[in-house]
Amino acid sequence: MNNEHYEALKNIIKIYLPEDVSVDDIKPTSHLTQELNVNSANLVDIVLDVEDHFDITIEDDEIEKMETVQSAIEVIEAKVQS
Amino acid sequence: MKHRVVITGMGVCAPNGIGLKAFSDAIFSGKSGIKFHQKLADLNFGCQIAGQPEIPEGMLENYFTALQLRDLQSSGIEYGMIAGVDAWTDAGLAPTDKDTVDYDSGIVFGVSLLGAEKFRSAIYLTDEGKVRRLGSTSVVQTMASGISAYLGGYLGCGNQVTTNSSACTTGLESVLMGYERVRNGDAVRMLVGSCNDSGPYIWGGFDAMRVLTKKYNEDPEAGSRPMQEDANGFVPGAGAGALVLETLESAQQRGTKIYAEVLGGAVNSGGQRNGGTMTAPNSEAVQHCIKTAVKNAGVSAMEIDTINGHLTSTGMCPTEIANWTEALELKGEDFPYINSLKSMTGHCLAAAGSIETVATILELEEGRIFGNINSAHIHPEVLERVAQGKVLTQTIDMPVKVAAKASFGFGDVNCCMIFKKFE
Repeated sequence: MNNEHYEALKNIIKIYLPEDVSVDDIKPTSHLTQELNVNSANLVDIVLDVEDHFDITIEDDEIEKMETVQSAIEVIEAKVQS
Repeated sequence: MKHRVVITGMGVCAPNGIGLKAFSDAIFSGKSGIKFHQKLADLNFGCQIAGQPEIPEGMLENYFTALQLRDLQSSGIEYGMIAGVDAWTDAGLAPTDKDTVDYDSGIVFGVSLLGAEKFRSAIYLTDEGKVRRLGSTSVVQTMASGISAYLGGYLGCGNQVTTNSSACTTGLESVLMGYERVRNGDAVRMLVGSCNDSGPYIWGGFDAMRVLTKKYNEDPEAGSRPMQEDANGFVPGAGAGALVLETLESAQQRGTKIYAEVLGGAVNSGGQRNGGTMTAPNSEAVQHCIKTAVKNAGVSAMEIDTINGHLTSTGMCPTEIANWTEALELKGEDFPYINSLKSMTGHCLAAAGSIETVATILELEEGRIFGNINSAHIHPEVLERVAQGKVLTQTIDMPVKVAAKASFGFGDVNCCMIFKKFE
C-alpha cells in the first residue's frame, strides 16, 4: 500500500466522518460504514472524490468492494497502476 | 380535551433583518431590505430589484456541519435553518442528544419549491449523461420536505415532521396546521414556519407574468408600495420565518416566555369560481375565510386592534381592503389599523406568511404597530373604505391585544389567523 495513496484517501474520508469519530481513528482495516460510521449515503460522494483526486473511474461492481480503507486502496491502486 | 396554544419562540431570516433583534429594529424603524440586483439586470429581467436576506460570512457554520455546507446550493434551506433553529433556541429548547428522539415535538415547515440552484446543477449533469456525478445530496436539497428534514435531524424531533405547500399562503397555513396539531393533543409543541429560495429561477416566472414592478429599478426601496395609488406590481423576495407553538400547560411547566396565544384561524379555497382564478382570489371566499377565522377565535371583529394584510403592492390591494371591511363589517374610523410588511421586504412568497406572522407577534410583544413605508399616495378606493389614519405611515406605540394576519395564494387559497397577547 502506497503511503501517498493512503494519506490521500484518509483526507477524503475525514470530511465524511461523524463528529464523534476522529481522523486518527482511521486505520487500514477500518470498515467505512460499520467502524468509522460513515453514512452509507455518503459512500457515493467518497467515490466521486476518489475519482476526481486520482483521475480514475470506478465501476459500480468495484464500489461494492470498497468496504474498508484497505479494500478501497486496492481498488484505487489497481486503477492508478494500470 | 382541546389545549390552549401559545407561541414560545420565534426566529426570522428576512430581507431587512436576520434574527429577532435586527428584524424588530428594522420593521419599527421602517428599514427596507429591497435592493437592486445586478444579476437580474444581466438576465434581462423587467424587475431588477428584490428583497433577499444577506447572510453574514461565517453565520451558516452555526447551523450546518462542514459536510452539509460543502455543496449546499439551496438558499431556502439556509434561510429555513436559521429561522427554525433560532426559534427553537428562543423558546429555551435545545437539540436532543444523539440517542434521544423527542416524540412530543414536530415540525410543519412549508416551501413553494426548494433548492432551485441545486436542481439546476443536477439538470445540467443529467443532460450531459453524468447522472452518477449528482452525489448524495441532490434529492434532499431539492425535495420539498428537505427543509423540515434538515430541521428535524438537527433538533431530534420525533412527532410529525412534514412540509406544506400552498403558494403564498404556505407560511400562515403552517401556523394553522401546527396549531391544530397542538390544540388536538397530537403534539406538545410544533415548530412551524416556511422558507422560500431566492434568485432568478424563482422570480423569473413572476417577471414573465408581468406581476412584478418594473418602474423602480433606479429606486429599489420605493418599489414595494402596498395600498398605494401608484403601485404597479410586487417586488419579489425570499427568506424564512419560524415560530414554536406549544400547549399552555407545557409552556407554563417549563416556565418559558410566552409571546402570545393563538386563538384560532381558518383556511379555505375560492374554488377558482365566482371571480376566483388560478391567480386571482374569489372575494366571497376571502371574506368567508376571515369571518370563519374570527368566529373560530371566539373574538368579535371590534376587538381586533390591527391587521397585517397580504397586500402585495399590485392592483389587488383595494380589493383586499374591501374584503376586510365586508368580512369584519367595519369601516372608516371603526376599522382596525392595517399594515403590510411587504413595503419593506417585498413579497417573500412562501415565506411571506411566516415572516409576517413573526412581525405581527412582535407588535403584540412590544406594544407597537409598524408603519408602512412608501405610503404617501394611498389609493382612493382604499380611503373610500378605511379612514386615512388607519393605514399607518409610521410606527405608533399602542398596546395591541388582538391581531389578525391573512395570506392569500395562487390556486385561489386563503388563510387567516387571530393572535392575542397572553394574559
